[in-house]
Amino acid sequence: MPDLDAVDNIFLGREHRNRLGLRARRSMRREALALFARLGVSLPLECPVAELSIADQQFIEIAKALSLEARILVLDEPTATLTPSEAEQLFAIMRELRSQGVAMVFISHHMEEIFTICDRVTVMRDGEKVGGCEVATTDADALIEMMVGRRVENIFPEPRSDSDPNDVVLSVASLKLTPDGPEHAFDLHRGEILGFAGLVGSGRSELAMGLIGAMRPAYARVRLEGSPVKLHHPATALEHGIGLLPESRKTQGLVLPFSCRDNISLNNLARFKGPLRLLDRRQEARTAAELMASVRVKAPGPETPVGDLSGGNQQKVVIARWLGHRCKVLIFDEPTRGIDVGAKSEIYALMKALTARGVSIIMISSELPEILALCDRALVFHQGRIAAELSGEALDSPSVMYHATGGLSS
Amino acid sequence: MSQLAAKTDADAHGLAARLNRWRRTPIFYPLIGFALVFAAMALLNDSFLSTSNLINLARQASIIAIIAAGMSLAILTGGIDLSVGPVMALSGTLMAGLMIAGIPPALAIAAGLVVGAAFGAANGLFVAFAGMPPIIVTLATMGIARGLGLIYTGGYPISGLPAEFAFFGRGSVAGIDMPILIMLGVYAIGYVLLAHTATGRYLYAIGGNEEATRLSGIRVSRYKLLVYTLSGTTAAIAGLILTSRLMSGQPNAGVGFELDAIAAVVLGGAAITGGRGMILGTLVGAMLLGVLNNGLNLMGVSPYLQNVIKGGIILLAIYLSRKRAP
Repeated sequence: MPDLDAVDNIFLGREHRNRLGLRARRSMRREALALFARLGVSLPLECPVAELSIADQQFIEIAKALSLEARILVLDEPTATLTPSEAEQLFAIMRELRSQGVAMVFISHHMEEIFTICDRVTVMRDGEKVGGCEVATTDADALIEMMVGRRVENIFPEPRSDSDPNDVVLSVASLKLTPDGPEHAFDLHRGEILGFAGLVGSGRSELAMGLIGAMRPAYARVRLEGSPVKLHHPATALEHGIGLLPESRKTQGLVLPFSCRDNISLNNLARFKGPLRLLDRRQEARTAAELMASVRVKAPGPETPVGDLSGGNQQKVVIARWLGHRCKVLIFDEPTRGIDVGAKSEIYALMKALTARGVSIIMISSELPEILALCDRALVFHQGRIAAELSGEALDSPSVMYHATGGLSS
Repeated sequence: MSQLAAKTDADAHGLAARLNRWRRTPIFYPLIGFALVFAAMALLNDSFLSTSNLINLARQASIIAIIAAGMSLAILTGGIDLSVGPVMALSGTLMAGLMIAGIPPALAIAAGLVVGAAFGAANGLFVAFAGMPPIIVTLATMGIARGLGLIYTGGYPISGLPAEFAFFGRGSVAGIDMPILIMLGVYAIGYVLLAHTATGRYLYAIGGNEEATRLSGIRVSRYKLLVYTLSGTTAAIAGLILTSRLMSGQPNAGVGFELDAIAAVVLGGAAITGGRGMILGTLVGAMLLGVLNNGLNLMGVSPYLQNVIKGGIILLAIYLSRKRAP
């Protein structure tokens, strides 16, 4: 409940009451303080939780679970939105809870976290348990093999390619999302994958939305292949060959009640107009099936509701939609979030194949290994600004984290 | 269309598969409901099945059916149009008033249709471009349209219309009554629009996920503007038929019609949250309401009790549809 404060969030629906039946704030406050003391954190109790950091909000959720005398905690991808130091703090709390006898289920796709914090591990694939063991008796390669069902040598495609830095496709001379906000400027070269690195909430998705006109920027001076363009609606961006594959597949990318075919042809329908502007359904079905095959969507058929597919196949459906256009620029926002390792590597290969065809890609990713392996260059975002541009040798894990956290961590 | 399609290519053959595919279309259960109510009324009334009664039934239901066609589009995109009743009355009285003033019927009719479309377009502008909730926008224009109609007529019906104007409400072509013909025409156009054009697919997409549709490069606002303009237009067409049938412009006509139209859409299998439904389902829903009205009248059930029965049937239908919804 973003507009309530920490105390109200913890006791929502089971408030302490005084004799008049009113909320007994003081006693709730006391208990909240005791909970936070047990966790070893100190948080402001009085301000709406929306104003706190994501990490603090998670600590409040944990405190709420503890106030229920929980003996079992399920943490579902808790570190996805945390900085490394915040994640460390979370792990410290988890160790403390473990020593107090609380059992925890920790869901993660980060291998190193599994080995940092977990005692035992269970591997899931396609909704089924495929294996499990003591963490001490296994290693990352063995886990990945279980997850994918086969040996994966290297999930990333061959090393970065050389794109020509003089061949600028998209030149953002100046873009301000709000009148008083920071000014963004960058160039995108033909056939490169430009990374947008940074923490969740550092303003990368907002810039992407502003760029394609999904959010109206306060000021924008953008050139596409040398000529100035005004992108004030995603439809204008599409006409110019610029597409966005949004961060949230289910809420921003897909029409979930639609079939795979309807989702793929969604922005391609103009091509299937027959006589009297009626849709040529046969041609539509044929093209959609071809596109599905070209990205290797695993589905019973083109009429399968897209909501029935796995995350990886859903993402492939979104990609297929854009392959029907002659796109010059594609923006992938967190393309592999919540996707299993096998599909990840297929999506990387698709992105590489696109750049080989001359498409330029902007990849927004919070997964550092992804940025490092795929990108020629990366812009590092911190609190809504482009904090650094890194390329070549300078593009390494410590420098990205250094700039992403505002120069605080080393 | 996705709703029509089978889950896999493999089960697209054979009778069982065909039946299965039918069952997944939004129109399947409305048709069964219609058949049940129709059979019940036929059993309970001797006169129900006579040809003249059935034609009468369809003619009476045609006005709600035409309004419900426009309402279907609004609901399909996740919106609603509460202003249809007053817009119908305003368009109808305007046609009547202009004819009384000596304007030729053709021009007067055109003016009434344009005003209905303009009201719908105004709704659409507020909804699509100002981002206001449809229920609030159309609630406001509902009051405005009703008020304008009353101001225009001074609150009195306008009668004394030229005799040839009766054609649209009372005339017939090739033995079929004009209201029924116009209704069928509206639904034919609506069916082609939704099932066979890109625009129709966009309306489903907007109702299914507006944000995803917009981000994929569809100009969602334009299509919403179109939807409300069409809804205003169908309301005006209903106003034409009503005014012609009564041979007078009634400023107070159409009270509660928006609710009957919504009921027809929902009884026709559409999701009130948008994204799912078929326009022919709405036609079935409107006819189901017509059968209920007609049958209960024949049985001499009091109008008060009729409201209770109709409400109960709507609740039951929605309850059943939620249970089978995915």
